[in-house]
Amino acid sequence: MNTILAYDGSFDGFLSGVYEIYDRKLMGVPLQKQAITSETFFDTIETINTNSRKAARVWKGIKKNCSTQGRQNIYKVFLSESPLTESLLLHYLHRAFTEKGKIDSDFSDPKVLEVSKIAKKVDREKHRMDAFVRFKQTKDGIYFAIVAPDFNTLPLNASHFKKRYADQKWIIYDTKRDYGLFYNLNTVETITIDLPPSILNATTSNAIFTSEEIQFQELWKNYFKSTNIVSRKNMKLHIQHVPKRYWKYLSEKQST
Amino acid sequence: MNFERIKEKLNILADAAKYDVSCSSSGSKRTNKNKGLGDSSGMGICHSYTEDGRCVSLLKILLTNHCIFDCAYCVTRKSNDIKRAAFKVQEVVDLTINFYRRNYIEGLFLSSGIFKNADYTMERLIAVAKKLREEENFNGYIHLKSIPGASDELMREAGLYSDRLSVNIEIPSEKGLKLLAPEKHRSDFIKPMQKVTNEIIQYKNEKKLIKSTPLYAPAGQSTQMIVGASGETDAEIMYTSAYFYKKFNLKRVYYSGYIPISYDQRLPSIGTEVPILRENRLYQTDWLLRFYGFDIRELLNKDHPNLDSDIDPKLSWALRNLDQFPININTAEKRMLARIPGLGMKSVGKILQARRFRKLNWEHLKLIGIAMNRAKYFMVCDSRVFETKDRTAAQIKGLILQESNSKFRKTFNNQLNLFDATSKLSV
Repeated sequence: MNTILAYDGSFDGFLSGVYEIYDRKLMGVPLQKQAITSETFFDTIETINTNSRKAARVWKGIKKNCSTQGRQNIYKVFLSESPLTESLLLHYLHRAFTEKGKIDSDFSDPKVLEVSKIAKKVDREKHRMDAFVRFKQTKDGIYFAIVAPDFNTLPLNASHFKKRYADQKWIIYDTKRDYGLFYNLNTVETITIDLPPSILNATTSNAIFTSEEIQFQELWKNYFKSTNIVSRKNMKLHIQHVPKRYWKYLSEKQST
Repeated sequence: MNFERIKEKLNILADAAKYDVSCSSSGSKRTNKNKGLGDSSGMGICHSYTEDGRCVSLLKILLTNHCIFDCAYCVTRKSNDIKRAAFKVQEVVDLTINFYRRNYIEGLFLSSGIFKNADYTMERLIAVAKKLREEENFNGYIHLKSIPGASDELMREAGLYSDRLSVNIEIPSEKGLKLLAPEKHRSDFIKPMQKVTNEIIQYKNEKKLIKSTPLYAPAGQSTQMIVGASGETDAEIMYTSAYFYKKFNLKRVYYSGYIPISYDQRLPSIGTEVPILRENRLYQTDWLLRFYGFDIRELLNKDHPNLDSDIDPKLSWALRNLDQFPININTAEKRMLARIPGLGMKSVGKILQARRFRKLNWEHLKLIGIAMNRAKYFMVCDSRVFETKDRTAAQIKGLILQESNSKFRKTFNNQLNLFDATSKLSV
């Protein structure tokens, strides 16, 4: 019988799992998100309770043994939601804890290289969200945007938007993971709301959004068209920069 | 706000501004103050890309396309019969703020045709920037054009409200300028550029003593040159560029392949292909100068006045200097690693870090992501298998071209392709 450790899917849950593995010397025991584990004939599942004290203890250890870059990479790989997350990170942490050196630049270890590559991917997606969020002004004065990033990047985006739009209320809602960020002019909160279907449409409904909003979208679309140089048209490059999966949220890519 | 009228103006004045290729919104240090709007202390962001593949980062417009000059290469030249328009200061401010709030742009890029005279035009540009900063508490990115011939006092003021200033020298050589823009003189471009350079140096010195010294053009200066309009060689263009980088501490020089817009006989005729490949090679050279530690004389000189079109400038240099290779990946210093064709600075950084743990072999290097097809002829690593044959430069070049597939090859090769021709015949 093999044991699988299951955690609740949160970052604290993952760290609590790491704590159990080291505390009870369970090296080699797989750690998985509860949502994807299933009990089979050969495996038994042991559920890990998320414990913020234990999580903080592990995070402290990570801080001690990894560079800032390495620490951020660990969090980014976690946000990637990749099925390899746990096994990659356990290997990474094992090396970091045992070797005491800063191992995050050992790019000749395929797993360490993979961690930095996945972190880079998450970074790119985060940067794309910084770029591709399109706010629409609602009648109650909130700037509202919908996204569905490939990775769970909103926790990384929060401070960028908070710094930038300090004087306007805004919501960025991740429809894929069904949660959003709401800035209330002081702090950024995580919220879950039932969105009316009309808000999800690509066309801007005038029941929800201001009439000015529709006019400015029109101006922006016009600007986007006039700034193109037809004799240099290069759709391959265009799509490489703005992959089609993001078009649905870009007002300039909507036909009227 | 009269949206219909604004829309019309926006179409005309965005269309006229699009030939300015500068798009960067990075390098500034302006942070959000007192819960205002915007922040430009982070990296630049490209919010969208046009269908020609260029990024849209700033609202790039002219204040007006009325102009008293008649420069042959310019679409807004006096003698050109086009629709003219002009924005009011408040209109530009409103557009910028509303686009910014919706996360469409990083800020404003404001240029202008020259109406009345240089100072009058410069004053209007400054008025927009000042209003954005002081009335709207806007901390986004502002890129203003330095109008050739503008006075020192105005250039001083412009730097206080903007993040970047730029003046386009457009034509790389004095003789070309005389031919295409006889009313303009090199010295008119140099004057505001010199003033801004001095102000930036002064700002840096004062900042050391007084922490509250107001920011002065924190993202520096840039310029642009048109390529392929006035018959300069690549060497002439790049030597001019190197001179400007050194003399005026420019952040960037942009190269813009000439897009035929006029039937003027002094210029390439309408329908001539935009020299996109040449533009690309010039940018590669520019990068080699700024980030890879090359000297311009190594890349372009009397014996070699133009860049190769079929291979990149670093490979071209390496083939002319085979005596410096092969380089040992595990022992060479950074300067030499950067000179191996197929290695970018990111890979160089990774190799430097990774080789502290163990000696690297081909497998490691492949995973790190270097371009093996070029690099393998110029390096050795911790592996017994490597290129042992003593090949000539021509042989190496032939092998590399055989194995590679440049995206430019099909579109821009004027030479008849032997294989395509035969396959057509057989059908």
